[in-house]
Amino acid sequence: MAAGAASGGSATTDTYKEARTWLLLPAWVTLAILVLAPVIMMLIYSFLTKEFRGGVIWEFSLAAYDQFFFDRGLFGDDPAKIEWTYITIFWRSIWQAGAATLLSLVIGFPTAYFIATRSENMRPVWVFLITIPYWVNLLIRTVSMKFLLRDQGPLNDFLMNIGLIDSPLHIVNTNFAVQLGLFYSYLPFMVLPIYAAVERYNFALSEAAADLYASKWTTLRRVLLPAVKPGVFAGCILVFVPSMGSFLAPDLLGGAKNFMIGSLIEEQFKGNAGNWPFGAAASMILLTMVLIILMFSTRQQAKADKAGG
Amino acid sequence: MKHMMKSSVAAFALALGANAAAAEGELVLYHWFEYIPQELLDKFTNETGITVTMDTYDSNESMLASLKAGGIGTYDVSVPGDYMVSIMAGEGMLDTIADGELKNKGNIAEEWSDPSFDPGRQSSIPYQWGSTSFAVSRDAYDGDIQTTDILFNPPAELQGRINMLDSQGEVMAMAALHMGIPQCSTDREQLKALNAMLQEAKAHWASFNSDTAKEVLVSGDAAVGQIYDGFAAKAREEGANVEYAYPTQGYIAWMDNVVLLKDAPNRDNALIFMDFLLEPENIATVTNFAQYNAGVNGVGDFLDPALAAQPEKNPHADAGPGVFIEVCDEETQAVYDQIWTNLKK
Repeated sequence: MAAGAASGGSATTDTYKEARTWLLLPAWVTLAILVLAPVIMMLIYSFLTKEFRGGVIWEFSLAAYDQFFFDRGLFGDDPAKIEWTYITIFWRSIWQAGAATLLSLVIGFPTAYFIATRSENMRPVWVFLITIPYWVNLLIRTVSMKFLLRDQGPLNDFLMNIGLIDSPLHIVNTNFAVQLGLFYSYLPFMVLPIYAAVERYNFALSEAAADLYASKWTTLRRVLLPAVKPGVFAGCILVFVPSMGSFLAPDLLGGAKNFMIGSLIEEQFKGNAGNWPFGAAASMILLTMVLIILMFSTRQQAKADKAGG
Repeated sequence: MKHMMKSSVAAFALALGANAAAAEGELVLYHWFEYIPQELLDKFTNETGITVTMDTYDSNESMLASLKAGGIGTYDVSVPGDYMVSIMAGEGMLDTIADGELKNKGNIAEEWSDPSFDPGRQSSIPYQWGSTSFAVSRDAYDGDIQTTDILFNPPAELQGRINMLDSQGEVMAMAALHMGIPQCSTDREQLKALNAMLQEAKAHWASFNSDTAKEVLVSGDAAVGQIYDGFAAKAREEGANVEYAYPTQGYIAWMDNVVLLKDAPNRDNALIFMDFLLEPENIATVTNFAQYNAGVNGVGDFLDPALAAQPEKNPHADAGPGVFIEVCDEETQAVYDQIWTNLKK
């Protein structure tokens, strides 16, 4: 590689390119070790035979995928039917993560817009304020959330004191509590990319739209939103993807009565089941699904951009 | 995906830690969270000059998983529960303590010197023992609580206000007692009935949680909680008006044990530590802290007098038998895993 730099006689751009490749090496190595290697390990493990009480036997097996897709009854000897258990668990996770993403978008977008429209020296202050709660460990924030929401907690006390409700709202151990927890955990991931996009937005465009008799709603829909869409898109992905695999909020706020993908996988490694290949297979299926969703939405966006341009 | 990454990073970190710990005068302890007072570890270091490094876990199963993922050869001792001692011995994870290597071995109480999970105490010493049953809020219910119906077929006042331990072993063992069937049943009709019974009972449960089993009782979020005796006592001391039950159908007995791990990097220090914990005065410190029971003779003089009188420690005359959690064979366990998944799907 070093030789390449010397060989490019005249063109300085070539030199830069060579130098860049070389400098990226540490990043590539880190990515390969920390991202690629575990994924490959997981792929291999998902096709191995499970060892009783955790661990794997190095023999090829499709048992993990079979368990995921086929139901053979309580004792494993009924004729195979389609297994709905894990599909239900996956669907529940997608639904919860989707709801949390929507909630983050509804709250995060106006917040980002507000910050981006402050004076230039106030913006960093607002961004700083958004990040402060996230200095605290996620576990502690989730437990605190539970204490705020519970039947005899401050939220219910407040609502009862102002006379809005007569008896406490049961929020803890419901799906809504899980969504609220996920929303709170990942909100900055929504706010920050949208803020970055809105900050770059040229507000003269909004003025131009207004001059051309566009209503405020139309300006938002037809001018601002298309311009900041990449930020919104990035924010949605950054909230949706970690929400799918999350297990803290479902366990602590949802009461762990129903598995989410994250807790199902955790159980295979840390719980009684000790079925590593199945945990790996469930992770692979999750990974594949997320990739498909991402590819699909990226393509949709590219199409929309083409049509718009 | 996140999990696989986490565990491989953890294994990597463990490998690094192992090198650091190989130096002389160290002990690497793998222990439950909040289960040993820091003063006791300080005392050990003062007396012996051995510095202690401690990592913690929150369930027997997660300890087993991390030892399997490369922890063997890193840690000197860990503290598994009764059934987990048998499992670890079966997996070849334990080292044998030769006769005479522990000078305080004679201090082990008679009834704990030859337990079924480690005959002859070849690899372990007692740490603490106690029971797992459930506690009921007397503000919410004043009827008879000495029955497993409270958990599995609760009266109207308690429905929807029950927290179960998020642990397959403890839920299944209690359910077996409730139905009067063996813990590792192979009878299909019994297993189907168990599956159906749990599905019905779940409709009355509010949550599964082990880490906050005590807090939900203190805060009043749950009126019934499956819980360990020491946790129930602490909940009561923290102001919850709860009573710990010893159901007539029986309850779960458990014992945590300090085991010598295979390939312990500081084997001699591990034995010194085990001898230290067999001194009545030292193990009494743990008992006063955790509020369970020691399995060592002569601790009585060092115990907080209030402990012995605790209602959580004294089963009433009609209490059923205390049973250990049993270890099922692979085929049977697969059915129980399936029932557990059905329960939480």
